[in-house]
Amino acid sequence: MTAAISADGIRQRYGDVQAVDGVSLTVEAGEFYGILGPNGAGKTTTLEILEGIRKPDEGRVELLGMAPWPRNPKLLPRIGVQFQASAFFRKLTARETIRTFASFYGTGPKRADAMLERVGLADKAGSMTEEMSGGQAQRLSIACALAHDPELVFLDEPTTGLDPQARRNLWDLLRDINREGRTVVLTTHYLDEAEVLCDRVSIMDHGKILHTGAPAALIRELDDTVRITVESGQLAVDRARELLTAAGAEIAALEDDGVSLSVSTRLPAPILAVLAEQNALRGLEVRGATLEDVFLQLTGREYRA
Amino acid sequence: MSPTTSTEPKVPAQRGGSAGNGADAGRERVSAFWSLSRAMLLSFRRDRSALFFVMLFPLMFLLLFGTLLKGATSPHAKVAQVGAVQVLDSVQGEGRTELEKVLQISKVDDESAALTKVRKGDLDAVIKQDPDGRIELRFSTADQVRAGSVQGILNSIVQQANQAAYKEATGKPPAFTLDATQVEDQSLKPIQFLTPGLLGWAVATGAVFGASLTLVGWRQKKVLRRLRLAPVSAFSVIASRVVVSTVTALAQTAIFLVVATTPYFGLKLTGNWWLIIPLVICATIAFMSIGLLAGSIAKTEEAANGISQIIVLPMSFLSGSFFKMDDAPTWLKTISEALPLRHLVDAAGSVLSRGGGVMDALPTMGILLGFAVVLTLISAKLFKWDDV
Repeated sequence: MTAAISADGIRQRYGDVQAVDGVSLTVEAGEFYGILGPNGAGKTTTLEILEGIRKPDEGRVELLGMAPWPRNPKLLPRIGVQFQASAFFRKLTARETIRTFASFYGTGPKRADAMLERVGLADKAGSMTEEMSGGQAQRLSIACALAHDPELVFLDEPTTGLDPQARRNLWDLLRDINREGRTVVLTTHYLDEAEVLCDRVSIMDHGKILHTGAPAALIRELDDTVRITVESGQLAVDRARELLTAAGAEIAALEDDGVSLSVSTRLPAPILAVLAEQNALRGLEVRGATLEDVFLQLTGREYRA
Repeated sequence: MSPTTSTEPKVPAQRGGSAGNGADAGRERVSAFWSLSRAMLLSFRRDRSALFFVMLFPLMFLLLFGTLLKGATSPHAKVAQVGAVQVLDSVQGEGRTELEKVLQISKVDDESAALTKVRKGDLDAVIKQDPDGRIELRFSTADQVRAGSVQGILNSIVQQANQAAYKEATGKPPAFTLDATQVEDQSLKPIQFLTPGLLGWAVATGAVFGASLTLVGWRQKKVLRRLRLAPVSAFSVIASRVVVSTVTALAQTAIFLVVATTPYFGLKLTGNWWLIIPLVICATIAFMSIGLLAGSIAKTEEAANGISQIIVLPMSFLSGSFFKMDDAPTWLKTISEALPLRHLVDAAGSVLSRGGGVMDALPTMGILLGFAVVLTLISAKLFKWDDV
């Protein structure tokens, strides 16, 4: 089967800034693929080159076995693109908007309306797009990208600026879209989003892909410690160290900052046992490594969205 | 296939895609064209400020100027007749009633006192007849329109009298007769140049702003990008915008003509007035090409607004939209000849109320479309899909 996307050595420079610096990637059909990185990492430019909006200075791109640049009308009906900004016509209702976009692909109003219902906007169909909330506008934008039933969907930071509830609703929708067999490519600067949604993630910074893999595999490769915290004041630090050492637990770090007592370790079981024995489990939190830690290790700096 | 985190199996679906064969593609283009046109018309209709600016604002000018200038050239020119003037005195009965609709004739004996009144502007002209039949008309040019109309009316009366005399003397009909509409033509009422002038300005405003603001707005909001990623041809996009602007311009024309032909303003349409329709369509295309150029240069809606205004307003003044260019210096008239609006205003004035025909409209339509082609080619060079 042809890969949904294959890109090889793409580069793009704006003036002095090398926005994309030799990106190569392959996305298989049916995959949920994420491009993760902080603002200015080159995610959006990469996505624009993949979509065929931008011609790269160097490199080669194929979508579904066809070159997206120059504009290829045979390819366009097979891809769906959602934009960062809500690109709608002025003073149209949600229903008019999606019907207009659907008509460009020869998709009828029935299917357009069904898509609106699918993203939970049936009761907002008569509202002007200008009056919709951020989450509603994002959902409409996604519905517009999907109305013509594309095989390959590009989503550029679909959950940026949404409240947590709206984000979770949107995640459910995106997972469903992918389960129906569509290839989904998503950019995000939220690590948790990539971790929850993506089959594979490419971590990007300064125009380069630093690492690619399944989120779980990336985290496992990290071989990082688990951090256990409980509320301060239940067990003194010295006493804790004494007990833990006696129990044969491996301690990478142990500290009490006055709020929490925290222990870092690769083997959490004996430590949890000691804390339970001492009845010092109030406010217990066990936190494994996350993509955030992967990012920290790859770039040597704190992840800031 | 890479490892997946979801528990349900993924099935790459077989997607037929309704966008396959040629017949389908043809139907899609049509439907994309109509739905785009519809979307733009709805946007325009719901945008109250645009609606006011494009439709009502020019109409307010027509009402205002039409009313202000109405009194300035009332059809009643005041004329003093010194002694007997055969051509006037001989007009009796129905003819007299008609004449008095346009001329208010007072009989005086003191010629010099009457001339003083003409100089002061209390009278428009003095008429007297020499013993040898020569009719002397002395008028003031303070009000050129009225002076012209007095001359025209008198000229016509004298011509008619001559023809009658000739027929009586020879028994033959006159070799040359004067077209009866001449009287109407000569008396250029303000509404006759205000209607085409202000209509031209209205059409130019609607088309230039419509094209430039749509283009920049769509680019800023990434709608252009979305259109580019949809299988819609550039032709559909441009054609739908042209259709929307043309419909708007024709609606403006209809409203203008309805208002101008009310008895209050009294515009009388002449035979080929319908030629205004193809003229307005061609002019809309020409003005849209100006908007396209402005929209290709401007990066923000504010800039597009400014550039459009800088073009439309001086063009309107130089094209005789608000006042006639007859007295302007030659170099200004030369500039004015290069403006599409000037050609529209002249041709519209001619076909609407001055008896102009197809041959008055056709060259103008050619000029307007040629102008559009040149500007569109330039815009195509400067056009940008994205603002980055």
